[in-house]
Amino acid sequence: MLRYLISRIISLGLSLAVASLVIFFVIEIIPGDPASFMLGITASPETVIALKAELGLDQTPVVRYLNWVSGLLVGDFGISYTYKVPISDLVLDRIQVSLPLAVYALILSTAIAFPVGLIAASKRGEPTDFGIMGFTQLGIAVPNFWFAMLLVLLFAINLRWFSAGGFSGWNAGFWFGIKSLTLPAIALALTQASILARVMRSSLIETLSQDYIRTARAKGLSQRRVLIRHALRNAMIPVLTILGLQFSFLLAGGIIIENVFFLPGLGRLIFQAIMQRDLIVVESVVMLMVFAVILVNFLVDITYALVDPRLRREG
Amino acid sequence: MRVPTQLLFGASLSAFFLAMALLSLIWTPYPVEILNIPSKLKSPDWQYLLGTDHFGRDILSMLMIGARTSISVALVAVGIGVLAGVPLGLAAASNRGSAFDDLIMRGNDLVFAFPSLVIAILITAVFGPSAFNAILAIGIFNIPVFARVSRGAALSLWTLEFILAARVAGKGKVRISVEHILPNITNLLLVQGTIQFSLGILAEAGLSYIGLGAQPPTPSWGRMLADAQTLIYTDPRLAFIPGLAIVAMVLGLNMLGDGLRDYLDPRLRKMRP
Repeated sequence: MLRYLISRIISLGLSLAVASLVIFFVIEIIPGDPASFMLGITASPETVIALKAELGLDQTPVVRYLNWVSGLLVGDFGISYTYKVPISDLVLDRIQVSLPLAVYALILSTAIAFPVGLIAASKRGEPTDFGIMGFTQLGIAVPNFWFAMLLVLLFAINLRWFSAGGFSGWNAGFWFGIKSLTLPAIALALTQASILARVMRSSLIETLSQDYIRTARAKGLSQRRVLIRHALRNAMIPVLTILGLQFSFLLAGGIIIENVFFLPGLGRLIFQAIMQRDLIVVESVVMLMVFAVILVNFLVDITYALVDPRLRREG
Repeated sequence: MRVPTQLLFGASLSAFFLAMALLSLIWTPYPVEILNIPSKLKSPDWQYLLGTDHFGRDILSMLMIGARTSISVALVAVGIGVLAGVPLGLAAASNRGSAFDDLIMRGNDLVFAFPSLVIAILITAVFGPSAFNAILAIGIFNIPVFARVSRGAALSLWTLEFILAARVAGKGKVRISVEHILPNITNLLLVQGTIQFSLGILAEAGLSYIGLGAQPPTPSWGRMLADAQTLIYTDPRLAFIPGLAIVAMVLGLNMLGDGLRDYLDPRLRKMRP
């Protein structure tokens, strides 16, 4: 296990290093001169030089890259050019919206998908199963931002149960914050839940065809007991994989959903930064997102190895 | 009889949108470049079958050209994924366990850490928004998908006797990959292509909705929804039509993919939930 862990950690470090190189290359090398790019064509040469000095762009790319990465490692993301504040402050502020939203959506989708997938698998081939499969097929086809608009139309405009957007911070109270994140989280969770329920169902059906399940049935256990005590645990591995893989989609979906509901999260931050050509913010926030995805996949890998010793041999 | 029904339904739904997109090349009920403010926000009637938007543009015409935008972006993105991903996957499989194989697989993992939206953000930050961005971003994300699928399928083929026979006959790795492996994974690639096509439609809609895809005045379903959102209090009707179009198109493609999979090779059913 220790060998496996070490090899995974090395590969985690390598992935992060390559990812940071790619991002640095796209943002700082491709535009040629980031400072004049950020200021636009109307800027005078003096301001460009001043900004270069301010951002440290007068140094060689290698030095700049090393400075950026060593800053990231200690939580120093640089200074935003438009906001004139440390990017780490901006990120800390915005992550209080984005992270709870992602976690909320994950909880919702898991809470829906597990029982639904379980019911579909246990009623395989029956009308209930067909109904569930049809519904999840639809759930996969619905774009989450359109579903978000429909939710706003129904629950915010017609029924007036929720506000149509905005987030007033956690200071107004925990439940108030949760309430403003509810519609966005439902919108994000729909696709996730549909995919997860389908994976859950097919994984359970696969497991239920195993010999040891027949043995369990043969010794007289009830269907329910076989399903929950014996099949469920083994069916969880593919489900875990999908959960891990989908984190990146959840993160990406969150960026769009934040725009539907005008939530001040990382997604809004990155869009404002693009509009204002604040490349420094884009660079660091994208790196943070990629870091999150890579880290989650690393954790999922480690979790499997803990759950299933056979998987430790790979890697 | 359930399987052919699904295939037929998915195929006709997809064909319907394809026909709509192709028709828009030669004819649309109204031109969409011309603003016609006097007839703005009209409800559907015999003159405007689906009504008009806030600029007085005919929704049906917008929808037809939007289908063309979506389909062309998603199609080219699938093309990029196939053209770059399949050779990589085949090459990796034919050199199983080598440093090259390892490099390809690690590279795959790396690209998976960049969701297409994040790639689009990076490209847009530097080059500005355009439909080309959407194609590139979705296309890049498709490469590891096809590389992984073709590698996995090719690996199991390489253990079979007919490949061994080809090797004994003196054929090289490249020739075996092209002449024996590739024809045997086309079905799988066709199914995966359909799935990626439908994901591409969704991704394109999302990108153009947040302004990172097709730019005005080019109509796209995502942009139509973005416009509709600003009018959601006064005219919610505008939000329904493009959304339903996306759902119908994606649903059709997914059913086509599932139907093809079951029809071409029932054994493939296990590979996707």
